[in-house]
Amino acid sequence: MLIAATTAILITMLLALTRGILGPTLYDRILAANMLGTKTVLIIAVLGFITGRPAFLDVALVYALINFIGVIAVLKYFEYGSLHHAEKHDTPDEEQP
Amino acid sequence: MQSVLVILEWICLLGGSFFLLVGGIGILRFPDLFTRFHATSVSDTMGAGLILTGLMIETLVQQHGFTPLVKLLMIAVFLMITSPSATHALAKAAIHGGVKPRLADRAKAQDDENGADR
Amino acid sequence: MIHKLSVGIFLICLWLLLSWHFTPLLLGLGLVSTLLVLYLSIRMEIIDREGHPLHLTLSTLRYLPWLIVKIVQANLDVTWRILHPRMPIDPTQEKVKCSQKSDLGKVIYANSITLTPGTLSMSIDADTIEVHSLTSTAIEELRQNTMDRKVTQMVGED
Repeated sequence: MLIAATTAILITMLLALTRGILGPTLYDRILAANMLGTKTVLIIAVLGFITGRPAFLDVALVYALINFIGVIAVLKYFEYGSLHHAEKHDTPDEEQP
Repeated sequence: MQSVLVILEWICLLGGSFFLLVGGIGILRFPDLFTRFHATSVSDTMGAGLILTGLMIETLVQQHGFTPLVKLLMIAVFLMITSPSATHALAKAAIHGGVKPRLADRAKAQDDENGADR
Repeated sequence: MIHKLSVGIFLICLWLLLSWHFTPLLLGLGLVSTLLVLYLSIRMEIIDREGHPLHLTLSTLRYLPWLIVKIVQANLDVTWRILHPRMPIDPTQEKVKCSQKSDLGKVIYANSITLTPGTLSMSIDADTIEVHSLTSTAIEELRQNTMDRKVTQMVGED
């Protein structure tokens, strides 16, 4: 049954990847990347149980953290053009598209 | 008792797989960015939740002990907090970036114009 | 003070749960990293009622089951719409009132809206939340303010 779940996760990742390649806007692609990340967390957890090493769960936990921070960082980068100035709203170069 | 747990685990894993696939199909089928958010939300809440629940039951069946259970629970809670935050940030960035949601009353008019959203 | 103490206890419990090894070396490393994280978060001034909502622990346990039932219902609805050959969706966008006063309450409400498939919070103002919804029925349900009242009750402002 774990194998079936792995297959389903892999197919879902494939579908998300298709949307990432097709995706008309940039945000569709980030959405697909976010979904791929969540599915990666799941697949690491399931693989840990298939190989009988629940210690894989630590990796899954860290991946969940990194995935969230990664998506926020990418969004911030595209929103403000750098990862640096986003907090300060009075910087002059923030308004440039 | 053991077999009840195993059957419950199968139901959870299969149900989770089903909802994951539904989310994957939805992200391909839905017409614009904002409706696609709803599809990912299906696979992020129900799909991930059921798969993690199935794995929690697996730890009970295999008697892996206490820590894997807590870690799975932490992954579930963490996904439950971060996934809406990431979605909200993405939606806000998309509006800021000039993507217009395609709404129902406008959708019919836009179908003749061949889709004004890029 | 009570918040700092509880963050410390929480971090130590987290370390113990994640490592589950009780050798002196690992316990010592755990203590050192707990104190480091505690020191850093005190310096960043992120430990307060908002950053570590201790007072919400019990009410969260009451709110979560209700939210999970809502999420399951919404999931079944959206699933049906995705798999339906004609995709019966009518995307709507509307402002919904939110009665929470604190930022924390608003964040919890907006996140609950987003977590429920079929509705998505797009931006938050002083007392409204802009919601994009897959169907007009979903937003109809939000406008009855059941979730809003539950969150307000949970955060403890009426």
